[in-house]
Amino acid sequence: MCLSIPSKVLSVDENNFAMVDTLGIKRGVSLDLIPEQVNVGDFVLIHVGFAMQKIDEAAAKESLELYKQIADEIGSEEIESRFL
Amino acid sequence: MNYIKEYKDANIINNLKKLINNVKLDRVYNVMEICGGHTHSLIKYSIPSLLPNINFIHGPGCPVCVMPKSRLDEAIFLASMEGAIFCTLADLIKVPASNTSLEKLRAQGKDIRALYSPLEVLKIANENKDKKIIFFAIGFETTTPMSAILIEKVLEMGLKNVFFHINHVRVPEPVEALLNDKDCNIDGFLAPSHVSVIIGENAYLNMANTYKKPFAISGFEPVDLMHSLLNLSLQFKNKTHNVYNEYSRLVSKNGNEKAKELIEKYFRRDDFEFRGLGVISNGGLELKDEYDYINAKKVFDIKTNTKAENKACLCPKILKGLAKPTDCKVFGNLCTPNNPIGSCMVSSEGACAAYYKYNKI
Repeated sequence: MCLSIPSKVLSVDENNFAMVDTLGIKRGVSLDLIPEQVNVGDFVLIHVGFAMQKIDEAAAKESLELYKQIADEIGSEEIESRFL
Repeated sequence: MNYIKEYKDANIINNLKKLINNVKLDRVYNVMEICGGHTHSLIKYSIPSLLPNINFIHGPGCPVCVMPKSRLDEAIFLASMEGAIFCTLADLIKVPASNTSLEKLRAQGKDIRALYSPLEVLKIANENKDKKIIFFAIGFETTTPMSAILIEKVLEMGLKNVFFHINHVRVPEPVEALLNDKDCNIDGFLAPSHVSVIIGENAYLNMANTYKKPFAISGFEPVDLMHSLLNLSLQFKNKTHNVYNEYSRLVSKNGNEKAKELIEKYFRRDDFEFRGLGVISNGGLELKDEYDYINAKKVFDIKTNTKAENKACLCPKILKGLAKPTDCKVFGNLCTPNNPIGSCMVSSEGACAAYYKYNKI
């Protein structure tokens, strides 16, 4: 049941329904579970027809930045400080 | 950024593999992935073969796999009723009950529908006022708030022909049951992604402290899983037992408060018989008593005659981490996705289905 594909919000209507794009497939989803404002261009996680949560772009970028820095020369102490 | 390809980068995976193996653990550690979606990803990307010091135990986090036959028999009864439209999610219709399956019943002409969203029930109910619409609700905390919203809308709209059979289950109680089981020997956990989006990082703190076991909340992509496994390996080495949130792009400390409030509004805790684990106190949810008039278990006189499980099937042991799918005598021969004997083969997220699909056995 747990497909984890982020979807991009294309439009939001007055009934709190959004049209989203999931890897090129467009579909309607309810925004009733999301407490905060959802805007066109946001990425959301979809589950059984509902957006569950907005994706925190800053957190995603921070993780990726860390991964990109991973190289063989990182010492073990530094690994622990960064990954624990 | 599309949040998918960045988390599948082969170079990053390879570097994380080196880092994990460089931790040089003193023995093989048992890591349980609670969620069936994680089982699927781990096997798909051959992650177990990359990490010799980690033994993966496939946990009970597949909502279809943990459904006991007795509840499936109740589903069969409800779907067989005259004038009923039976609605549910996902793979459930394929799961064998004692004497038949919902899929077979549908082939015989019963109106059984697998929905994309619970909200489809509203349209079905409006268009079929003379029919009894049964929503057979399944899933962990991930789908529970969606059922709550459907209940709310059914009540708001005054629909009189919708009834709910609630089979929602919770993650913390079965995990705690496994930690209390002397046969289970788990060193740490990959905590589920979507359940954690709802219940939040803090939901695991008590278990981590009480049982001194580390948890890493992980996303589904291979980089997410490798990063989480690096954290667990470092925690094993340092003998710590923290809750680490790898999936911070979606999981907050307290989870989705709105979803949690909706769950509290309509449901109460109840015991639930998990397939393979037995009855777990407060492991499931039930509609609050004030909603008895929409509770299918109360409204209809459900009669079933549940048969015992097939003795050859190792699903119960697999769900406890005491056996691998390949240990089962019927795996891949008598039991296949086209002819599943146990639920771990029926659901695409079941451990047996993942082994069958990706190991090409």
